[in-house]
Amino acid sequence: MTIDLRETDFQAARRRIEAKPKSAREKLTSLEEAVGRVKDGDHVALGGCLYTRTPLGLVRALLRRRPHGLALSRNLMCYEGEWGLVSEAVTKVVTSWMGIGLPWGLSRIVREYVESGRVTFEEWSHLGLGLRFRAAAMGVPFLPSLTMLGSGLMDVGGSRTIACPYTGQTLHAVPALFPDVALLHVHRADRLGNCQIDGYPHMDADIALAASTVLVSAEEIVSEGEIRRRPDRTVIPGFAVDALVHVPYGCYPHECYGLYDADPAHFTEYVAGIQSRGAAGVAAYLDRFVYGPATHGEYLALFGDAALGAARDRARVLTS
Amino acid sequence: MSAAPAVTANEFLAVMGARELSDHQTVFTGVGAPMMASALAQRLHAPHLTMVVEGGVVGPEWKPGWLPISTNEMRAAYRAQMLPAITDIFLMAQRGFLDVGFIGGAQIDQYGNLNTSAIGGYERPKVKLPGSGGANDIISLCGQVIILTVHEPRRFVERVDFVTSPGYLTGGDSRRRSGLLFGGVSRVVTTLGLFGFEPASRRMQLIAVHPGVSVDEVRAQTPFPLLVADRVQTTAPPSARELEILRSLDPTRQFTG
Repeated sequence: MTIDLRETDFQAARRRIEAKPKSAREKLTSLEEAVGRVKDGDHVALGGCLYTRTPLGLVRALLRRRPHGLALSRNLMCYEGEWGLVSEAVTKVVTSWMGIGLPWGLSRIVREYVESGRVTFEEWSHLGLGLRFRAAAMGVPFLPSLTMLGSGLMDVGGSRTIACPYTGQTLHAVPALFPDVALLHVHRADRLGNCQIDGYPHMDADIALAASTVLVSAEEIVSEGEIRRRPDRTVIPGFAVDALVHVPYGCYPHECYGLYDADPAHFTEYVAGIQSRGAAGVAAYLDRFVYGPATHGEYLALFGDAALGAARDRARVLTS
Repeated sequence: MSAAPAVTANEFLAVMGARELSDHQTVFTGVGAPMMASALAQRLHAPHLTMVVEGGVVGPEWKPGWLPISTNEMRAAYRAQMLPAITDIFLMAQRGFLDVGFIGGAQIDQYGNLNTSAIGGYERPKVKLPGSGGANDIISLCGQVIILTVHEPRRFVERVDFVTSPGYLTGGDSRRRSGLLFGGVSRVVTTLGLFGFEPASRRMQLIAVHPGVSVDEVRAQTPFPLLVADRVQTTAPPSARELEILRSLDPTRQFTG
C-alpha cells in the first residue's frame, strides 16, 4: 500500500483552505517567488496531460531550487517526471501512465528507477486518478466508482471497496488526493488569478480546488474587464490561486491548445540523449534547458524564433 | 506501374477492427490502430458512429495526414463536437453512453485480462511498462470491448503477470463478482484471427482465421490451451477500398506502416 493517508484527510485539507488567504488581491509575481512556496517533501500535482499544457516554466523554476523528497502526480506523466527522478527531487510518482508516446518507446529512465526500487510508482487508472482529484475538489474523502474493480491496480495504492448503503453493490471507494501544491498553465488570467483555459480542460479545474497552494502560469495576463466579459470561460476562481506568473510559451516544447503545437523532433532529441547516455543524458539536458538559461527568454532562445513560429502556424491549422 | 504496398499488421488490425463496429454506435477509441479502425468504419458502413477519445474529445473528425500521437493533443480534437474534462469523459462511459471500447496490451491471457503495468511482478518488475492510462477504465466501463493486438506467443500468456485491465478475471462470473457489473471483452482481433469467449468458462475461443492462416498455426502461436469453435470461419481479406481509405487518412503511413 502506497497511499499516503495525509492525502485523503479531508478535515485537515478543509482547515488548510479555511486558513488560506483568499483576498481578491494582486497575485502576479515572478517564477522564482511563486515556486518558493514549494517545500521539500510536498506532494506536487501537475496540470495538463502528457505533452499538452504542461506547466514546464513552473516545473523548470521549481527544479532550479533543487528540491527533495517530492511526490509528483499527474494523470499521464511525460518526461518532466524523468527530470524529477534524475535531479533527485522526486521520490514518489503518482500517475496512470508514464512515457512520451509510442514513437519514443518505453521510458528507459522509468525502467531504471522503478526496476531498481529507487522510486515509488503508484499507478492508478486514468479515471481513478481523476476521481482522486475530483473527490478532493469536492472536499470529501472518497468517491464511489465502478472503475479499477477486480484489477491489480486496487492493491497498488491500497484501494478499498465499500458496499453501497442503498443497493448493496460493491463499489470502489476511490480515495481523495489533496496535493500540497498544484502547478498549472492556463491561456489567460487577470491579476487576481481568475483563469481561463481554451480547448481541453484536462483535470486542471479539479486540481486547482484540490490543492492547498495553487501556482499558475499564464500565456497572457488580461484585464479584469476582459475576464468579466466572458465569465463562462473562467474555470479557476481567483480565490483559489496563490501566485500567478506571466509565462508566454510556458509549456513549450509541449502544446498549448490553439496557440502552439508540440515539437516532437525535440522529444526525439531528448530520447536520443537517453539512448546514448542513460540518466546522464537527462542530466545534460537539465544543464542545458533547466539550470542553464537565466531567464525564460534565454530558454526560448534555445529553440529559436523559427521553431516557435512554425509551432504557432501548426496550431492555427489544427484549430481553424 | 508500381505494385500496391503489402498490407501491414496495423492496417490489418485497423480493417478487422473496423468491421467489428456497427453503425449508430458510440466508440471509445485510442490512437494508432483503434483510431484508424473507427475512422475507417465511419467512412464505410458506420456513418452515424461517434468517436470518443480519452483526452476529452467527443465527435472528432481528424485531419488526414495530421493524425494524433497522443489522445490529448490538438490533432486528436480536430473538428470535435465537445471537449469535456478527462474525468467527465470517462464518467460518460461509467454512465453507460459508450457502446464499444478499443484497447490493446503488452500481455493478454485466456480470460482477456491485459497487462500494461509490469512484467515480472509489480513491486520490483523485470520490465516496468508505461501503465494503464485509460485502458482499465475502458474495459471496466464500456458496454463491450474489442482488443486489437499483434498475435505473438510472448504476448499470449496463460496468466498475465499483473491485471492492469480486467477481462473476465479468473473466468466464470468472477468479473461480475468483483463488482464489474457491466460490459466485458466481446472480441479479440489479432493478426491471425478473431476470438470470442466461451459463455460459461469465459475462456478465449477461436472463431475465425484470417486468409492463409490455419487453426494449427493459431494454436502454435498461442501458449495457453485455446478453445476452438465448432466451425471456424475465414475472414475476407482487406479490400482495395478499405486500404485506400486507410492510406488516404495516413499518407505517410506513420500509424499504418
